[in-house]
Amino acid sequence: MSKAFYTLLLLLLLPLAAQASEGEFFITAKPTDQARLLQNWAAQPDPARLALLSALKQGRIGADDSRKVRLNNRLRGLIDNALASHQLLSEDVAVRLAAAQYLQKSAQPAQVAFLDRRLASEPDKGVKAALALALASLQLGASEPRVRLAAVRLLGETGDPQARTRLETLLEPGVESDSTVRTAAQTSLAQVERKLLIGELLGQAFSGLSLGSILLLAALGLAITFGLLGVINMAHGEMLMLGAYATYMVQVLMQRHLPGAIEFYPLVALPVAFATSGGVGMLLERTVIRHLYGRPLETLLATWGISLILIQAIRLLFGAQNVEVSNPGWLSGGLQVLPNLVLPYNRLVIIGFALAVVLLTWLLLNRTRLGLNVRAVTQNRNMAACCGVSTGRVDMLAFGLGSGIAGLGGVALSQVGNVGPDLGQSYIIDSFLVVVLGGVGQLAGSLWAAFGLGIANKLLEPQIGAVLGKILILALIILFIQKRPQGLFALKGRVID
Amino acid sequence: MNQPLLVTATRKAGPRLSLAIGTVVILVLLALPLLSLLPAGHSLQVSAYTLTLVGKILCYAIVALALDLVWGYAGLLSLGHGLFFALGGYAMGMYLMRQAAGEGLPAFMTFLSWTELPWYWVGTQHFAWALCLVVLAPGLLALVFGWFAFRSRIKGVYFSIMTQALTFAGMLLFFRNETGFGGNNGFTSFRTILGFDVASPGTRAVLFLLTVTLLLASLYLCWCLTRSKFGRLLTAVRDAENRLMFCGYDPRGFKLLVWVLSAVLCGLAGALYVPQVGIINPSEMSPTNSIEAAVWVALGGRGTLIGPLLGAGLVNGMKSWFTVAFPEFWLFFLGALFILVTLYLPKGVVGLLKKRSQS
Repeated sequence: MSKAFYTLLLLLLLPLAAQASEGEFFITAKPTDQARLLQNWAAQPDPARLALLSALKQGRIGADDSRKVRLNNRLRGLIDNALASHQLLSEDVAVRLAAAQYLQKSAQPAQVAFLDRRLASEPDKGVKAALALALASLQLGASEPRVRLAAVRLLGETGDPQARTRLETLLEPGVESDSTVRTAAQTSLAQVERKLLIGELLGQAFSGLSLGSILLLAALGLAITFGLLGVINMAHGEMLMLGAYATYMVQVLMQRHLPGAIEFYPLVALPVAFATSGGVGMLLERTVIRHLYGRPLETLLATWGISLILIQAIRLLFGAQNVEVSNPGWLSGGLQVLPNLVLPYNRLVIIGFALAVVLLTWLLLNRTRLGLNVRAVTQNRNMAACCGVSTGRVDMLAFGLGSGIAGLGGVALSQVGNVGPDLGQSYIIDSFLVVVLGGVGQLAGSLWAAFGLGIANKLLEPQIGAVLGKILILALIILFIQKRPQGLFALKGRVID
Repeated sequence: MNQPLLVTATRKAGPRLSLAIGTVVILVLLALPLLSLLPAGHSLQVSAYTLTLVGKILCYAIVALALDLVWGYAGLLSLGHGLFFALGGYAMGMYLMRQAAGEGLPAFMTFLSWTELPWYWVGTQHFAWALCLVVLAPGLLALVFGWFAFRSRIKGVYFSIMTQALTFAGMLLFFRNETGFGGNNGFTSFRTILGFDVASPGTRAVLFLLTVTLLLASLYLCWCLTRSKFGRLLTAVRDAENRLMFCGYDPRGFKLLVWVLSAVLCGLAGALYVPQVGIINPSEMSPTNSIEAAVWVALGGRGTLIGPLLGAGLVNGMKSWFTVAFPEFWLFFLGALFILVTLYLPKGVVGLLKKRSQS
């Protein structure tokens, strides 16, 4: 059967056929003809066909038709392409934008005329830019050098990874014959690469900030307990883990009893996690750690024992596998800043959350009665006791506060990583390094050290690999301590034992 | 050879009873490998499993002794001794892998389709160089780390954390395939050592005897050290470092010496551990293992020479029983042990015995 015959058939059918009969026609055609049909649809979209294409994408021929359509991968790709083409006619800006972005990758030469028309009538700026890019990628294959030149210049103005691949293919020997276009393509490629590099660097800095905010949440409580009590709490990582499991429990319970408000379960989980971790922390302080003040190395071992018990208890209760904590809708997705830089909402929220926790902790330590007592005990335990501060109570509350902050960190962690019994173990060493680097009992020190370590980690990672990066950072910390043995922000004092 | 141990035992635990116990323990340890050579089915025959288990525990006991030297005497709690142990083990493992591979490359390198050995593998086919590496690798690492750490007077919990980070970094490094030490799987399936079959009862017995000898030798060395002026200086470093400095001593050199010595002892223990157990992988470097060694010492009694050996034996004996009988509860037990020992047995089992013998 000739191509002309089918085109004729189509042209006859197109205006006449209602949606359902188009579906019928599609389902009875042979795969090769189906492909041709789809290509024609993609080049000449009709709003009425949108429903049919959406149904075809799901493998059916109509929303209320249960018959299955057998598709191969080529047809699926063509359906996606035709669907995107039709979605450009949509009223919704977001749908149009997504469609235009999809077409940047998959547009076919037959669609040039249609895209050109859409570009002229498109009201939204973002969609227009995306469409222009899609068109430019297509026009690289045009026969006139003038059109190709315009397309190459247009590609140079975007910072899209797609544009780079297109330009690179164009610059391969033997592809482009016109020398003006070649030179323009080289300039454009350099432009695109510079923009991409900026995006990459910003992306690394952002993931560094994100890691830093998590380290900060993990190390903040540690800095308080270590600064105040001189106690290294090896079970601190398990407080993070308890917080994450509390989040999981809240999620499960809300799913069962309050499915309407499930979107807001992380907010409900915050106080629950704080109370859980803080409560366990205070219990530990009263039963074990209180007896070990003044013997820091023994405390280290005892708290390690506690962490072993907590891990094993969680393993017996919830199983050794990771439990599933899902992001609510408002935390999934991300903010597209540059074509190759997406900032995920959950990480953005966590950075903000970490800073908020630091601010609250600072207020608590510097603007409340409890904070005054805590600082007094940190500076001089005996003198504080003589002035009537109940040091035992302050110890307990401060330990609870430190553990509670770790619990809050657990909520944040559950939104970006896996929740399993070993969760805390993977953060404990890094958060100790933050405390060592930042200096004891110093909020500002912890803040700088956490973000510094996070960013250094993520910037080194692509250059020399994650493991070597970690080792290098450890070496740098050891060297740094040579200079400033008390950390970044040391309390000045004249006491020596 | 046995004399100093007996003297130590009598000095530390007092009554004549402990002298008798010490002699019996050593005699049993010396007899075990000989009994293992008896034909199978003989009523006194010791199985290869038992011999390996006891040999393994003896290696751990050496680690405990080395850790006690730095923690119990010099007050430096290292949470990274597993790294030195594993480095010694890997150095020996390199030799064993070369033996197993013959002229070709070790199997894991062939899997990675490497065509030649990395530079640090050069010479590892010679047993003598492997022995040098067993001492040099942990020794040099400890020297460099210790030099920097003691120069800036890192001590107490800071020191513990830094050592823990060190072993953690080492573990991550050895987990990588590109590092050239077999990655995740480490070294295993050894065949021969110096031409003898590693799995044969005779080789096992000799390795076991070597372990006992190393244990006794290091016990003797530690005993000499701690009884000397050097030992008293170490105790002074532990108890009042600043006062020691005011008295005109520079504690850095003493700390560095004992630190490196301890690391080398660990390396030697690791080198004997690998051919007996037949495997070495990066999980030996995990911080968990190193901190577990601290509880052996704490349970047995810090600052004594018998205590760590006792602790290593007790904890590992219990571990091999527990992990078979109640695998889920071993960690609960170990955790409780950490807490109870620090709360109620600050001087360990030896301290308890001493107190009893005094009252």
